Amino acid sequence: MTTTVDTTAATVSGDIIVDVDNVSLSFGGVKSLVEVTLNQARGELLSVIGPNGAGKTCLFNCLTGVYHPQAGSINFYANEGRATQIVGRKPHRVNRLGIARTFQTSRLFNALTAFENVKIGVESRQHTGPVGAMLRLPRTRKEEREGDARAARLLDFVGLRSRANELASALPYGARRRLEIARALGTSPQLLLLDEPAAGTNPAEKIELATLIRRVNNELGVTVLLIEHDMGLVMSLAERIIVLNFGRVIASGTPSEVQHNPDVIEAYLGAPADEEDDHHVPPDAPDDGAE
Amino acid sequence: MSAFAATAVSRVRSARQNVEIRRLFACVFGMLVLALMTGPSGSNSAPVSGFTGSLFHPRVLAFLALGVGLWAVITAQHRWGEAIKRTSNNVMTLPRRVMPDRRVRLFVYAAALAIAIILPLHVNAFWQDVLVDQIGIYVLLAIGLNVVVGYAGLLDLGYIAFYAIGAYSTAYWTGALPVHPPMVVNAFWAIPFAIATAMLAGVLIGAPTLRLRGDYLAIVTLGFGEIIQIVATNLQGVTGGAQGVIGIPHPSVNLLHIHYSWLIDPLPYYYLLLAFVVLALIAYSFLEHSRVGRAWTAIREDEVAAESTGINVLKYKILAFAIGASTSGFAGMLESSKISFIEPGDFTVQLSILILVLVIFGGMGSLLGAVLGAAVLQWFPWYLREHPLFGFQDQDLFIYLGAILVIMMIFRPEGMIPSRRRKREIGLAEHGVGTADAMSGSSSEIS
Repeated sequence: MTTTVDTTAATVSGDIIVDVDNVSLSFGGVKSLVEVTLNQARGELLSVIGPNGAGKTCLFNCLTGVYHPQAGSINFYANEGRATQIVGRKPHRVNRLGIARTFQTSRLFNALTAFENVKIGVESRQHTGPVGAMLRLPRTRKEEREGDARAARLLDFVGLRSRANELASALPYGARRRLEIARALGTSPQLLLLDEPAAGTNPAEKIELATLIRRVNNELGVTVLLIEHDMGLVMSLAERIIVLNFGRVIASGTPSEVQHNPDVIEAYLGAPADEEDDHHVPPDAPDDGAE
Repeated sequence: MSAFAATAVSRVRSARQNVEIRRLFACVFGMLVLALMTGPSGSNSAPVSGFTGSLFHPRVLAFLALGVGLWAVITAQHRWGEAIKRTSNNVMTLPRRVMPDRRVRLFVYAAALAIAIILPLHVNAFWQDVLVDQIGIYVLLAIGLNVVVGYAGLLDLGYIAFYAIGAYSTAYWTGALPVHPPMVVNAFWAIPFAIATAMLAGVLIGAPTLRLRGDYLAIVTLGFGEIIQIVATNLQGVTGGAQGVIGIPHPSVNLLHIHYSWLIDPLPYYYLLLAFVVLALIAYSFLEHSRVGRAWTAIREDEVAAESTGINVLKYKILAFAIGASTSGFAGMLESSKISFIEPGDFTVQLSILILVLVIFGGMGSLLGAVLGAAVLQWFPWYLREHPLFGFQDQDLFIYLGAILVIMMIFRPEGMIPSRRRKREIGLAEHGVGTADAMSGSSSEIS
């Protein structure tokens, strides 16, 4: 795939899967996203980085229909190439389109087993209704078997087959992260949004996670959009990086381009005269988890 | 050094004894209060007779014994809590361990069904009536509410409204109301109408209100229950008003070669009810372990995660509401045509609460729990009535139920026979993971 990189607008040309155009989102007086324009090529492993409160998770919530931006549009191009507007769609309908996500602090169904967690993801693509379920029709049982098989394959893929019957809450952190990815993959996404998958994992788990993300991208052909604070992980995985700060795109490009961008360095380390940068960060609710 | 250790040990021991003695006083005092509250009331001529009658009466001994028993349970739990928990867990999981085999389980269910079929033949007419009006109907109602509260985690405080709708639509289609239907049908054929009307009402009330979360839904359903009762009272021209509706016919079947009529005898109603309860149990247990049931669990556990996993949250909530409502509607149909008389006073908010108590007592999300919880709690007052030692009076029923519920919530918050998932949720909440807020208070923040 040949893509040309335009560093100022954070967009590429070619076979686009998602196109964010001039999106602005504010909560009262707090501007979380300001005229954000970016897009992602099909199959690309793109990463969004930025300091805390930069609006990364806000962007994810806009992309998944949780938040509805006041201005701008987000177009998703499913396989057929027809554009579908995401703004105004409910989260489950966005998921149906083929956008799945994981959460910054993992939100597994804790009282269910790992297997059941994945199966719920798989089943969201099935058709059994209440009547079929109550009567346990042959078609229902067939779907049930298919769902079991697919959930088992996905657990295998993320390396959790042996822990299938353990409770999600009993799994160690790294395994929870992988389980969340398996659940998201269960919904057969074309675009997978990962919100800080490496947060709280140890170095060994981080390496496993990086391998898994690369396999999701290469073997399953799923386009991956990654929010991550761990620069090592981002630099080794991402083909392209977009940097957000105060809700604006301040830079984009290949990992090495971004690393040497003065704006990025300033955003992360703060300008010499303005060291206590943290205090000026707008209270971006979702990133702080204090909505 | 050793003397010091000995005094330290004895000090710890005496502190514990102190606590235990205080606890004994609290238990006994609590039971005295209960005895006083549930005893006879005073009258104008003998104003203190309520006090003397309830405290200087042999029944107080039964209460004191209960208090001491409660204290013994609490103390035992504090001293040997872990051991007891382990044993009780062993006992509670016994059925699951003894019955891993499907065939054994089916056999046990068949035996239970056989008992349910044979039992009413061996009790007197009074108990047969109790079995239908007080136990059977409430078992069915509890099974229905279990879908709403237990599976989907929606707190419905107006559940009895659907029972009322089932009853009034039966009255309508059988021509007992002041307004007449396009065609009068027999009460038996009113079953589909009653179920459909209740289900429709469930969808209509559910569609706008199920967007609300947790507490708001409880308030709206509470209001809905009241509205139905008030409408039934005030819409005299349609519902017959406060005097109620008389002359709802008994059901009968005249189809091809089958001619059967239900009359005053409670037994046939019992079997009709039993058939529906068994059908509902089978259908709902299939439902629980299907795609639909797992979607409900997902919604209950984490609505935000469920949504972004592609589950249409609103649709599944309305579905649970509609299924619960239709079950309630059928119960309303059956009871109204058995008694052949309904009045708005039959559908008070207290009954909604009662059914909720039955579900919570039995174990939310557990079908077996709903059945046994309803059966035990509904049988209990009638049993007390037969034992004069407690001096049971009807108006005290809710005091007893409240006390049972409080004790239950302290010692066994997951209910008598908890569902495995529910039990885990409560266990996790105790360790600070997730919200076991049974009533779907799933937090709305997105991180």
